[in-house]
Amino acid sequence: MAAEVTQASSDLIVGATIALGSMVPAFAIGLIVSKALEAIGRNPEAAAKVQTVMILGVAFAEAIAIYSLVVALIIKFV
Amino acid sequence: MALHISISAEPIFSLGQFEFTNSMLVSLLVTLFLSLVAIKFFVTQKKKGSNLNLFIQTIIESLYEFVQSISPHHAARFFPLIASIFLFVMFGSWAGLLPGVETIGLQREGRFVPLFRGATADLNITLGLAISAILSVQIFGYKTLGVKYFRKFINFTNPINFFVGLLELISEFAKIMSFAFRLFGNIFAGEVLLAVIAFLLPIIAGLPFIGLELFIGFIQALVFATLTLVFTNIATSEDHH
Repeated sequence: MAAEVTQASSDLIVGATIALGSMVPAFAIGLIVSKALEAIGRNPEAAAKVQTVMILGVAFAEAIAIYSLVVALIIKFV
Repeated sequence: MALHISISAEPIFSLGQFEFTNSMLVSLLVTLFLSLVAIKFFVTQKKKGSNLNLFIQTIIESLYEFVQSISPHHAARFFPLIASIFLFVMFGSWAGLLPGVETIGLQREGRFVPLFRGATADLNITLGLAISAILSVQIFGYKTLGVKYFRKFINFTNPINFFVGLLELISEFAKIMSFAFRLFGNIFAGEVLLAVIAFLLPIIAGLPFIGLELFIGFIQALVFATLTLVFTNIATSEDHH
């Protein structure tokens, strides 16, 4: 009984880690891309430059979500 | 449970204390592949009509234009490092998608040990790449600016500047960890996803996810190379606060 409760709560923690950890990065990526789209709309000639910087920003923001994913995987598999 | 997921790369054989892991084998094979392509390109340079040569030239030229767009003046200096990082990370990540990787293996002490594993799905390899990239940034900065480059970190003019220098030093180590975990997390999570999907619904449901993994491998290679290039730019620029 105790072992089952431990296993269930461990699974719950793993799920909660990745669920909580990707909420704010998703919001951040949405903000970054929306600002980039605004900039492209205002100045279509600079689209390539804005796109490059946007991809960079999205990679930075996504890295935070990946950190929490790695922690969840470590908790589950190690 | 038929799912074999191991966060650390498993050793295939050991030479004394040194354990040779399956991802090391794949990274050696990727390096061998890239070297063979480069040698073939170099040897058949005289023949104009070779399709492979034209294809490789197109790729190298677009990479060079990309490097030029971010650092217009020093593109020729930075290009070898950036292009090597890009190609190794891209082909190392794509190597994890080939049939036979993570499925063909040995049976050891009742556990299944895959013979191959995607090169960048191993934290050791991504950490090594990250350390090499950030070390190269420091070396480029020192070669361009001389000893004045280290004034960025050790600055005794002002208590505030001293603190800012300390923060810059810590930030360099944070960049190493960030590089390593971003690449490892993306590629390893992709491998876990493919394993779980193959476990649930074999062959059919896996196709769009393999496409996603191809895209992610390319994007992560681009991000790693672009970030290294941007940091090199910052390190070699003589900016006065």
